[in-house]
This record gives sequence, structure tokens and C-alpha cells, in this order.
Amino acid sequence: MAEQLSLDEVRHIAKLARLRLTDEELEQYRSQLSAVLEHIAKLNELDVAGVEPMAHPSDVTNRLDEDVVGESMPVEQLLAIAPAVEGQFLAVPKVLGEETGP
Amino acid sequence: MDDDATILSLVEALKHREISAVQLVQDCFERIEQLDEKLHCFHETYSQRALQAAESIDGALAAGDEPGPLAGVPIALKDNIVTSFGHTTCGSRILEDFNGPYTSTAAQRLIDAGAIVIGKTNCDEFAMGSSTEHCAFGEVCNPWDLTRVPGGSSGGSAAAVAARMCPGALGSDTGGSIRQPASLCGVVGVKPSYGRVSRFGLVAFGSSLDQIGPLARCVKDAAWLLRIIAGPDRRDSTCADLAVPDYLNGIDQPPENLRIGVPKQYLSDKTEPAVNEAVYSAIELYRDLGAEIVDIDLPLTDYGIATYYVIAPAEASSNLARYDGIRYGRRAQLEAGEDLYDLYAKSRAEGFGPEVKRRIMLGTYVLSAGYYDAYYKRALQVRRLIKQEFDAAFEKCHALLGPTSPTPAFEIGAKADPLSMYLCDVYTANTNIAGICGISIPAGFGEVDGKHLPIGLQIQCKAFDEPTMFRIARMFEASTDFHTKRPPELATL
Repeated sequence: MAEQLSLDEVRHIAKLARLRLTDEELEQYRSQLSAVLEHIAKLNELDVAGVEPMAHPSDVTNRLDEDVVGESMPVEQLLAIAPAVEGQFLAVPKVLGEETGP
Repeated sequence: MDDDATILSLVEALKHREISAVQLVQDCFERIEQLDEKLHCFHETYSQRALQAAESIDGALAAGDEPGPLAGVPIALKDNIVTSFGHTTCGSRILEDFNGPYTSTAAQRLIDAGAIVIGKTNCDEFAMGSSTEHCAFGEVCNPWDLTRVPGGSSGGSAAAVAARMCPGALGSDTGGSIRQPASLCGVVGVKPSYGRVSRFGLVAFGSSLDQIGPLARCVKDAAWLLRIIAGPDRRDSTCADLAVPDYLNGIDQPPENLRIGVPKQYLSDKTEPAVNEAVYSAIELYRDLGAEIVDIDLPLTDYGIATYYVIAPAEASSNLARYDGIRYGRRAQLEAGEDLYDLYAKSRAEGFGPEVKRRIMLGTYVLSAGYYDAYYKRALQVRRLIKQEFDAAFEKCHALLGPTSPTPAFEIGAKADPLSMYLCDVYTANTNIAGICGISIPAGFGEVDGKHLPIGLQIQCKAFDEPTMFRIARMFEASTDFHTKRPPELATL
């Protein structure tokens, strides 16, 4: 595990996470995340060979519900909490074409 | 109203018409009015709505109806539990104006039981924190000492119950967020077993770790609240299909042939001496009460925070991807030439605070190409080892005893370094990692800088063994009076 992150790595993570960070934030997270990763490196002390990963503590898998039409929330109610709408639709900037990133 | 009154005594008094729900609700709001400017427990309150609900409960009681097991009892909700009335902000700018279009199962069950929701309590943003300092709308102060934190992330709920603003509240616990503030504020807090309480309408943070649970001033009140909010819910597929026992049934009887495990790792010299002393006294008390004390070895205790800070941020980074400025929540204004990427990145940069950004970054990193196996998969493997270690321990004993938090309440601003804040949960995170249940109960006081600060005792039991956990907690409570102590400063605020 690489414990000291580079500024470029932090910039890349911020892009993946869709967070526009200032240079100051990037530097701050570089040092803070490096410190946390150094603590996390403790996990390398343990022998985990052959141990089945445990994603959650529940015994339940694939609970199925009856395939019947239920009630949905009214569309108007959901549109009412959207930041921008046009008619019955959520308004967004142009999607196709040129999503570029920084 | 006697502001020390327990929920169970209020239920009786209301039923016998010794007090009215309206009076009770008015008393709560008077208290909030009087104290909350200093403590800042509440993000918003619902006085008009609560008074109307109280009137209707009083009417039903007068008519001789049976309006439910919590009829007329004022309850506060942590601000990450969605209700169709008011806002649910999660302590975040990104949800500052969010009006939930539905009500969470846990809140609805309280309301159906006749409880009166008085308001939403402040918390660390998206429940990420151990001090409630990471609330975008200002920090909460500890009623035992205003210069100290109430713990977190359910700090507003814990402080409100401690300050007698309400007799009970709901919080959520992902790595200690109910138990640690309960400990620091001198109240009872329960992290139920994973799957015991529906997470429907709890704003998701770490979906394999999160549980809603009660905060109250005594064990029986917490058990009463849990019984009402727990149980199967088809709107949460991880909610267990198990009937909810009557936790009060036999709660005053100690379990037979009780064996209490004390993991040596829970008595660390890194823990504040006053906290260890309280735990030693508790061990002696249980021994006097006839319990056999069993030495337990949990060597993975020290790996809990490392495991947690891979799993929880990984899940958080996925869960919080939904805050994109499109469907609800804050949307940034775009400048000319900016595109959809900018809309996401700016909305999230403006809306999230520093701790949430930190965890999203950490979670994104451990899930990113090339690091997944080294971090996330390994953490899930250690998670299984931790679970197996608990399973083996519960073969030898009914419950594990130790401190809830390594320290009493610390000063506001004392843990500016993120890792030092994360280590507050060293005794609580593994409960969530393994999915077992845990409770923090008042177990003494420590003198720090001349201040009298509460200390919490944690009791953990295996998954769905809440009945045993409550009975063991009740043994301690019935033999001590720590839970009856009130913050001395309340009178002078």
C-alpha cells in the first residue's frame, strides 16, 4: 500500500469523486489522508489468506417481494424538491457530447 | 412536569390523566426556549404541530381510547431521520432546504405509538464525526460543561435528553454515534443489532453498519423505545424478519449463571484512568451481584478503526454519490462554458463540509482501480475475523464489558486532527463491524479540570440478544444512581 499520496493522486481521486477542490484543500487532504492510510496499513499485519470477505453482517440474501403493482410517490411531490424542473422533467445541462472534467 | 420523569412514568401519568400531553409538550418547549440558545441541540422544532398532536392525544385519552404505548410522550429525532414534515438536513448545506417526501419507518412507528415529535437534533454532517463539531449549522455543547463536546454524531439527541429537553430521542450509530454521545452526556444509548431496526428513511452513510437506536435516561425507557421502532419492514430488505421480544418482560431478573467477559484489550493504559476506574468498579459490582467474570482476549480490537475507516468511507462514497445537484439538494450556479461535470463537482464542493469531503475522498481511493484488493477486500476479510473473534467470545460469556469511550467529554476544538477524532470510536466501531448489539449506560463521573464529567459503560451482546443486554444493563442501573444525576449547570444557564 502506498501510504504517502502525491498531489496528482489526490487530484485524480477528487475528479473520480466529483469534488471541485481548491489547491489548499488538495494539499490538506493529501497530508490528512496519508496519515489515515498509514494507520490503515495496520491491516497488513494480519494474515487474511483464505478468509472469505464479509460485506455485511446480515444472514439474509436476496429477499424477494411479491410482484404486484404498489403505490408510488406522486411525481409532483418529487418534482417539488428538485432544484430545477421543466414541465414534468428534471432540468439538467447538456448531457451528451462533452463531459470533460478538469 | 418533573423534568426527571422517565418515559414509562410519563406514559402512566398521561394514561391516568395526572398530566396532559399539551402541558408536557409545552414544558419541553419552554425548556428548549430556555436552554437551547446555549446548547444548540435542535436544528428545528415543531411546536405548532406538536401541540396539535398533543391536543388530539389528550382528546383520545379523555374519550377513553387507547392511543398507543407512547401516547403523548415528546421525542426528538436526529436530523438524518426523514419525516414528511419539516426539513431533514443531516447537518449539511447540501440538504439545507430538503423537505423529505416521506417518513422513515422508525419515526412513523413512534408517531403511530402516539409519540409527539418535537424537533430534529443537530448532528455531525451525514453522521460523520464523534463530537458534533462537524455540523454545518454550528456545534452542540455538552450540558455538563459548555466548553466541551457532547460527543457525536448523535450529539444533539444525547445533549437534549441529558438537558431534560425531552425524555427520549432517536439517533443513529454507524461506529459509535449513539453510544459515545450517550457516554459523554451521561445518558443511556443503544446500538441495536444490524437488521433489528428498519433503515428505511435513515439517510444512508454506511449501509452495512448503520442502525437507528434510542437515547433515554434509563435502561427501561430505551428498551421500551426500541421495542416500538424495531421489527420487520418490507421497505428495508436488510431488516430482519424476526419478531420483537417484549424487552421489559423479565428485565429486572439477572440472566441465570451469568458470565460477563472482560476483554483485556478494553482496559488499555491509553484510556483515561477515571474511565478505567469506573469499569473496574462495574466489574466488582457485577461480581458482587453473582456474575462470574471471565477473561477474554480480543486481539483484533486494535484493528477496528483501521477496518472501519476503509469500510465506512467506501460505503459513504457510494451512498453520497446521489448528491449530484440534479434530483434534490443543493445545485450550484454554473458559469458560461461549464458543463454537467462542473455541475456535479461544484454542487458537491459547495454543499459538503470538510469531514464529509475527506471521507468521500478516502472511500473513493480505497475503491479505486488498483487499490480495491489492497484496502477494501482486505478490510472485509478482517471484518470476518473480527466477527469470528466475537463469536468465539460469546461462546464463553453472555456479554462483553468495557468502556464506551476512552475519555470523558473533551474540549471543543481539541481533536482538530482527523485521526485523533477517529480513535474516539476504538471501543464502539467493532460492534457495527460485527453487527452485534451494544448499550452505553451511565457508570460514574471523572473529575477533569475541576469539572464533573459522565463516564459510560458499554455492554455488548451477540446479534439479536438485546433481551440479555438490557437485563445486564438493568442489574447495574438498579444498584447505582449515576443515571439519576443531572448536569449541575442546567440550573444556572
